Amino acid sequence: MKEKLVLIGNGMAGMRTVDELLKLAPEKYDITVFGAEPHGNYNRIMLSPVLAGDKTIDEIIIHDVQWYQDHNITLHTGKTITEINRENQSVIADDGTTTQYDRLILATGSNPVILPIDGKELDGVISFRDINDVNIMIETAKTHKKAIVIGGGLLGLEAANGLMIQGMDVSVVHRGHILMNQQLDQTASDLMLEELETKGMHFLMDYDTAELVGEDRVEKVRFKDGTEVEADLVVMAVGVRPNIQLAQESGIACERGVLVDDTLKTYSPNIYAVGECVQYRNETFGLVAPLYEQAKVCAAQLASAGGDKYISSATATKLKVTGINLFSAGDFIGDDESEELVYQDPSRHIYKKLVLKENKIIGTVLYGDTSDGNWYFSLLGDKTDVSAFREDILFGQHQVDEDLY
Amino acid sequence: MDPRFREDDDKNIDMNKNITTSTTCPYCGVGCGVLASKEQDGSISVQGNKDHPANFGRLCSKGSALADTVGLEGRLLHPQVNGQQTSWDTALDAVADGFRKVIDEHGPDAVAFYVSGQLLTEDYYVANKLMKGFIGSANIDTNSRLCMSSAVAGYKRAFGSDSVPCSYEDLEQAELIVIEGSNTAWCHPVVYQRISKAKQDNPNLKIIVIDPRKTATCDIADLHLPLKPGSDATLFNGLLRFINNNDGIDWDFVNNHTEGFAEALISAQESEITIAHVAKMCELSRQDVEQFFLLFVNTEKTVTLYSQGVNQSSSGTDKSNSIINCHLATGRIGKPAMGPFSITGQPNAMGGREVGGLANQLAAHMDLNNPKHHDIVSRFWNTGNLATTAGAKAVDMFNDIASGKIKAIWVMATNPAVTMPDADKVREALKACELVVVSDCEQNTDTTACADILLPALAWGEKCGTVTNSERRISRQRNFLPHPGEAEEDWWIVSEVAQRLGFKEQFDYSSSADVFREHAALSGFENDGVRDFDISGLAELSDDEYEQLEPVQWPVTSAKPQGTPRLFTDNKFFTESGKAQFIAITPRAPVNAPSEEYPLILNTGRVRDQWHTMTRTARSAKLNGHISEPFVEVHPIDAETFAVEQDALAQIDSEWGTVLARVHITDTQREGSIFVPMHWNQQNASLSRVDAVVNPVVDPISGQPESKHTPVKIKPYQATWHGFILSRTQLKMPDTHYCVSVKGEQFWRYELAGDSTIEDYSAWAKQQLGDQGEWLEFADQTAQRYRAGIIKNEQLDAVVFVAPNHELPTRTWLSQLFTEPLISDEARANLLAGKPGADQPDVGPLVCACFGVGENTIKDAIACGAAKSVEDIGQQLKAGTNCGSCIPEIKKLFG
Repeated sequence: MKEKLVLIGNGMAGMRTVDELLKLAPEKYDITVFGAEPHGNYNRIMLSPVLAGDKTIDEIIIHDVQWYQDHNITLHTGKTITEINRENQSVIADDGTTTQYDRLILATGSNPVILPIDGKELDGVISFRDINDVNIMIETAKTHKKAIVIGGGLLGLEAANGLMIQGMDVSVVHRGHILMNQQLDQTASDLMLEELETKGMHFLMDYDTAELVGEDRVEKVRFKDGTEVEADLVVMAVGVRPNIQLAQESGIACERGVLVDDTLKTYSPNIYAVGECVQYRNETFGLVAPLYEQAKVCAAQLASAGGDKYISSATATKLKVTGINLFSAGDFIGDDESEELVYQDPSRHIYKKLVLKENKIIGTVLYGDTSDGNWYFSLLGDKTDVSAFREDILFGQHQVDEDLY
Repeated sequence: MDPRFREDDDKNIDMNKNITTSTTCPYCGVGCGVLASKEQDGSISVQGNKDHPANFGRLCSKGSALADTVGLEGRLLHPQVNGQQTSWDTALDAVADGFRKVIDEHGPDAVAFYVSGQLLTEDYYVANKLMKGFIGSANIDTNSRLCMSSAVAGYKRAFGSDSVPCSYEDLEQAELIVIEGSNTAWCHPVVYQRISKAKQDNPNLKIIVIDPRKTATCDIADLHLPLKPGSDATLFNGLLRFINNNDGIDWDFVNNHTEGFAEALISAQESEITIAHVAKMCELSRQDVEQFFLLFVNTEKTVTLYSQGVNQSSSGTDKSNSIINCHLATGRIGKPAMGPFSITGQPNAMGGREVGGLANQLAAHMDLNNPKHHDIVSRFWNTGNLATTAGAKAVDMFNDIASGKIKAIWVMATNPAVTMPDADKVREALKACELVVVSDCEQNTDTTACADILLPALAWGEKCGTVTNSERRISRQRNFLPHPGEAEEDWWIVSEVAQRLGFKEQFDYSSSADVFREHAALSGFENDGVRDFDISGLAELSDDEYEQLEPVQWPVTSAKPQGTPRLFTDNKFFTESGKAQFIAITPRAPVNAPSEEYPLILNTGRVRDQWHTMTRTARSAKLNGHISEPFVEVHPIDAETFAVEQDALAQIDSEWGTVLARVHITDTQREGSIFVPMHWNQQNASLSRVDAVVNPVVDPISGQPESKHTPVKIKPYQATWHGFILSRTQLKMPDTHYCVSVKGEQFWRYELAGDSTIEDYSAWAKQQLGDQGEWLEFADQTAQRYRAGIIKNEQLDAVVFVAPNHELPTRTWLSQLFTEPLISDEARANLLAGKPGADQPDVGPLVCACFGVGENTIKDAIACGAAKSVEDIGQQLKAGTNCGSCIPEIKKLFG
């Protein structure tokens, strides 16, 4: 009789864990998957290309319903788990479905942050998280003109770009003065802003949203300085928060996220957690690379395939906006002990920065020319001493004699 | 409009015809024939003249690049008085009045001319005639004083006349050539090529190079004697003694045609007892000395070829006589394939000697202190005011200017503020002098900077006249370019002043032919073979014949209308007794010995592709490519002792001055000696005038300075930063402690270093280059590394590289980008790396100036096995196939 494995969350982290598990121990578990969304498993980070019209929904599906059948996995779509009974090791869905588990994986992901302001419930106020959001945006674009995206981070800019391509007049509202401040410094942000403006995107930098105004549907965005802009659609992209409601209610130890150890175990027996819902050593996650790492480690645990532990490592980011090349990794700001190498060709919108500490790369921002991003990223990962080719490194791998690195 | 096109210029020549003009190279004393062709578009091309007996078509790198140097940028084109442009009349009046005033108040010896081996014979003649014949002072001296006056004095002591006995063809017929104190390969390249060809054709030809440095000339040497600087006379005294002890003496010749052998031998024996002793004194190996002595004794057909290494010495005259002694003792003179052969540094040093353009000569090889000569010249010139006593030789002349004894000086076609020893003092003296007149073709030189009156002279290609090369061969320089601006012939300028001084009919010349005929007539006047210099055969030339004059070796007389390849064939000399004179030589050490404070000996000289103070050669990007910066050659052991690094900068100090130079560590240099080239000056380098360091010490007889022996010390130059700028447009010289500017192909290069820190490199760079254009910048603040590139209209406009030390990218690849009409994206991306990146060649430092072939290109050809010999390189890359002066360097690359 096989052990029962239940996965809550039919998203990228959870399903990647299942994929990894099937590689290691295909026959070990009876697997049941609960997904709140009415789809199979799809690549969430490809939603931007879908919005931008570069891809269709079908193209971003990772596993369709058929796949689950082929692998004898029970899939419950459109069902949200409302309770975990840790005593008798079962989960209960909103439709009453109850399932026993020997092992449970929490992969509930994260929720978009919704600003606690008046008018946040108005029609035409959405976030950018799932296929549903994308569909709303595409539909709205057919009938309305003015879109306001609140938040100039990665997601916000991808949404803004998509809406622009869908034909809307888009303004990005950003509270700070550096766009994508998780990934860019001021110089890179300025270069990107300039390029996006030439593409037709508008920016309201250092604007703090006070409220959303409208009868049923949103009509205006009002800012703290009293100024207003018209809006037919407002997309809130001010960040995500780990979705821990279920875990908390079930008494699983949480802080900002579901607490996990080096093997992705929660502090409650037989329960694992992966993905954006977890908190690992004070760190939460928003990018795909570490999620896949977690999936590997978690799967290995479930397969009892041994002891590799999760180690959080620096992550690199690219922006999925056509014509915008940027690459960012590690600590690209630095501190008093760090040193900066900077190359700029502003009229070509090229900016490259490496941050070094003790002759090792600790971070980089590349804008315009990202061709050496992965090389820098591997030098960063390998902690390579770059003093031997410090004066050439910024000009690319082809400038440096191979046996030096 | 090109000021060359002056409607009113009757001398103007038609620019719209293709013409090929046969003329003579204006550089070294080899005196090569040059064919200058002018295309319809006005562009000029030059090639060697196959019919000219000096070079038979060969040209060196400098000669080949002559066309690059005839541009008008930087030329002095109008008369100027106190910085104001004036008419010729005003300027000439000012000169005449100025000189008259000084002469009236202080006498004729209070004025002086300082002239040049760059002048044509006609110019030289008129200047000498004015000063000695009519102003009545012998205060006319010349930069030839710095070059070969010791050789002159040596010849005069031995032969009673300043007679170079040999011809170049003697070198080709010889079986032993002793090259002493001459880097012939670089300084007389075409003579060197004739010698190396001769060696190829005749395996029996042995070549011995005597030089403290292992120069490129040693490439063809069977034996190199790196003797102790200044010990030449010891070596040749030893040789004389050895000749005597080994039955080498030609007693018949010595007894019948010479005097003073016994005395000479005695002093030789006193000073040099044995070969071992000679070897010790000269710091040579006994075997080498013996091999040299034996070769000399056993080889009848021996030419000793000597130059500045012998002449530029406080005992230069004795050194040349110690050489001549050995040729007299063996009777090796006046016959084919033998003789003591001094080659001169300048195109017309010989012409200057012929007209008597030195302070201790009169005219036409006649002597000031000879009453008979005095009478002849007085009558010929029809003057009662002929100078009777020698004037001030160069070094004394500038001392007299400093002391105020001389109050007015006229400098013609030379740059004493750069080339005189203790040059800083000379520059100060000129600045303080009451009246300084300078005739030159350049607006800006270190000397014109000191002038009150500037007179625009014609340059090579514009002026016409004659020059005499090292083998007494008179050749025409012909003009193929019209007169630019208001520039004029020097003989015309001097005559105009002479006439204003009241000597109308004596200076009423209508052409250079006019002047030449008078000069030729004087040489024959009451001569009858008693004076060596006689070109009376040319005194009756018509203007056409003068125009057509073919190269000819003097004497040229009715008896010898075709000239005279070899002197003393009759064993008759121009002394009282008609016999050649041995001179008893007691070797003297250089005046200033190294000391604890100044432990090293500074040697100076030329590089391959530059000429004198670079006013012309530095106009050629090609020529600047070979050696772009002032350098100091240091032996590895000295480099270690004094902690100077390869390619870093060093400061060299003497009691007299300071220079900065780039360090080249090489064992071709003797331990204890360093070498710095003579060329760089204030116009192109902030602190690299080597003559500011050179001691103002002279030979007591010739008055020639000891430019090859100054005690100095060397230390690393402690720069806080190094850098370079390449700019499409010429910049104002950046005001940094070390700065050298170099003209390149469509760009200017500035090599920089400083001892004061630059706070904001980016701001500093914009100060130098302005903030126009698209700026690319690279900054590594903590490593003190800054780089910038400027692009204008998709074309590279400038780059700036700054680093904490001298380790910067090579300039080669960056330089090439300036010749490209548009900068490629790839080049733009790699620009501030300073190199093209993977699998794109960097041709490396220039080796062949003629075809612009770089070191790496040649190395690659060798590495891939495509080239197995210098000849292969020539076939595949053309390198070394034109002037051949780079062949020694190519050979080195074969290792």
